[in-house]
Amino acid sequence: MAMIDISAKILRYQPGKDEKPHWQVFDIAVEDESTILDVLNEIHWQHDGTLAYRRSCRSSICGSCAMKVNGRNVLACETPIHRFGRKLKIEPLSGFDIIKDLAVDLDPFFAKLKRIKPYLLLDKPLPDKEFVQSPAQLEAIGESTLCILCAACSAACPSSWPNSEYLGPAALLKAYRFIFDSRDDGADQRIEIVNDKNGVWRCHTIFNCMEACPKKIKITEYLSRLKVKVVENSL
Amino acid sequence: MKIDEARNYHKIDTVIVGAGLAGLRAALEVAKSGLAAAVISKVYPTRSHSGGAQGGIAAALANVSEDSLESHMFDTIKGSDYLADQDIIERFVNEALKTVYEFEHMGVPFSRTEDGRINQRPFGGHSSPRACFAQDVTGHVLLHTLYEQCLQHNVLFFNEFQVLSLLVSEDVSRGLVAWDIRSGGLHIFQARAVLLATGGYGRAWKVTSNAHANTGDGVALVLEAGLPLEDMEFVQFHPTGLYKHGILLSEAARGEGAYILNDKGERFMKTYAAAKMELAPRDVVSRAEQTEINEGRGIGGKDYVYLDLRHLGREKILERLPQIYDLALNYLKVDGIKEAVPIQPTAHYSMGGIPANVRTEVIKDAAGTVVKGLYTAGETSCLSLHGANRLGTNSLQDAATFGRIAGIHMTEFCRGNSFAGLPAKPLEVAQGKIDRLWNGQGKERHAPIREKLQENMTKYLGVFRNQDDMLKMLVMIKELQERYRQVTVDDHGDAFNLDLIEALELENLLSFSEVIVEGALARQESRGAHFRSDFPKRNDGEWLKHTLAWRRDGKIVLDFSKGVVIYPQYQPQERKY
Repeated sequence: MAMIDISAKILRYQPGKDEKPHWQVFDIAVEDESTILDVLNEIHWQHDGTLAYRRSCRSSICGSCAMKVNGRNVLACETPIHRFGRKLKIEPLSGFDIIKDLAVDLDPFFAKLKRIKPYLLLDKPLPDKEFVQSPAQLEAIGESTLCILCAACSAACPSSWPNSEYLGPAALLKAYRFIFDSRDDGADQRIEIVNDKNGVWRCHTIFNCMEACPKKIKITEYLSRLKVKVVENSL
Repeated sequence: MKIDEARNYHKIDTVIVGAGLAGLRAALEVAKSGLAAAVISKVYPTRSHSGGAQGGIAAALANVSEDSLESHMFDTIKGSDYLADQDIIERFVNEALKTVYEFEHMGVPFSRTEDGRINQRPFGGHSSPRACFAQDVTGHVLLHTLYEQCLQHNVLFFNEFQVLSLLVSEDVSRGLVAWDIRSGGLHIFQARAVLLATGGYGRAWKVTSNAHANTGDGVALVLEAGLPLEDMEFVQFHPTGLYKHGILLSEAARGEGAYILNDKGERFMKTYAAAKMELAPRDVVSRAEQTEINEGRGIGGKDYVYLDLRHLGREKILERLPQIYDLALNYLKVDGIKEAVPIQPTAHYSMGGIPANVRTEVIKDAAGTVVKGLYTAGETSCLSLHGANRLGTNSLQDAATFGRIAGIHMTEFCRGNSFAGLPAKPLEVAQGKIDRLWNGQGKERHAPIREKLQENMTKYLGVFRNQDDMLKMLVMIKELQERYRQVTVDDHGDAFNLDLIEALELENLLSFSEVIVEGALARQESRGAHFRSDFPKRNDGEWLKHTLAWRRDGKIVLDFSKGVVIYPQYQPQERKY
């Protein structure tokens, strides 16, 4: 482990004080094995207490620390600085209002999740024990349940940027997750919601979401299956 | 303006602090009854650290081999080193199956057996494969599913609010005061019933699996309110923390057959727990690891050993343990399919916490006197279900089951009780905390104080403890508490003031850490996760009892009159694995 000098350029914005976001450069020394989160902590704890950002688990599962580093959406906690070299450019996720510095307003993101009814809708009675679901049936939705709602996908989606009404990849992936769950009886209700110009049809298969996903979920592929399902349903 | 007309005043039937498994499960229960449930969380709910749990949720479903409630009960008692209260464990195992089936009916994507039932894997200290799992992301899928259920049932969420004071007087809970992290400002929440479900307190250590959020806010608030804490000295060190980072590599790895190796390539657990080997309970495995490291058999003589997955094969690793594989690869550049993964013990789970009875009602003394309208569940509580050491996968089950039980009793309480009146100056304590950090004249920063606390808790209050080390730690905590009085923050803004939040959290860390050390110093025996090198034996004659601790006039006062509930058929025995 060795110390190296890095230059971190961070987009700063404090409401009530700054008219608009501006860049601030921190030239600091950090351990060469540091993550982006380590860099932010170092700045916040040792150099400038006013820096704001979200973080919690440190292990790529809580989804708090998605941000844009050198143009790519990443989780700060799992991303080593050596991936980018010694010049870092750190900014908040695009497409969301900035609350302060790197913390953005995710309320609209979570509100979209609620719109697709993200819970099993059941017509059948509950069994005494568990529903039977084969490994193959689980496989159909397995990967989609790994989504940590970090919003990296939505922030990378060009279709989401100009249109705040678009459900976006995360909510649509969640719709997929329930529509394709063998236990669920609510496909028709959800298909009605996603079969809309601001639903699946706003997805233009750009693949940015898939590239941005820190969990490597094949989002675009699942959204394509969702489109097929919507079409089949209307036939 | 009167308080009850203020913009930042909320009057809600139930207020639940914490949006992990316990808090959300309670909120769901309350909301389904038709009463209003508000969840206050310092993070967006899906960021809660229940999501970090990986390996499974315990229930004797007997889906893959024979199992029974009695077996689950005995394993938990033995795992606790006989300090757990057996009436609590009985209730727990009796509800456990229901909790898992309920989750499945909510849509949790459990991994499946070939015939389509919930799959189960072995876990440390459990005598049958009892861990119901979803790959190695069990906590994540449970948390997200519960959050979604709460959305369906219109639970109110106050996301990114930090609770600063409990409004408790005359043994009655009246509500609480919280800071709006996002926009700034204090909010008063008046409630008939309050649940504290704020999770663990592992952030007092440097090497920890805990999230940044796990600063023991609930326990510190209770202490500040003049109420006791229980068994705080019992903190579990998880044997497979990722080296240098401390983050969790699930026990599921060993459940699936992984080995732990020393520098000589030996499966050294054969020396410490010949029968259970790597699947001995966590306190036993962590002590074995630390012993190997202390005696120079860490890898290259350093402070870590290996978790070896290689013989499991690529397919099993990627199918059953994908998260563990990714964590080792991303954080240490170690490919677990081809290389052994460096690990070390890491502060993980808080067995101690807020004392409560089987109805999850917070109690204020050894006699069990209830604080009306105040409840606690999950890791922040001490019922005591886990005693001196928790078994893996019992924590998710604990949080969900006692979360539901809390919801049931809170609902019942609300039906029979109106809102208790607020004190004359409800904002006083909370405002005082903010004012001091904003307007104080001191020049101390919070970060160096926190770093010193964490480094030394890892050094002096780790897997092995002794009187000299702990006395040093106690002196240091007092010094750090003194220094904390001089802390001011750089950031004076209202919006997302992380500086302020971290300074407030530090006050909590310093407060309960003193209780941990005092309890650990007083308890002159070794039991479960609390191991005293100077008192290496369990001493049932003197110490088969719980620790209660209060802060009175600035000093920690201990009481050992709260006995352990022990059934005739489960008398303490020697604990061997």
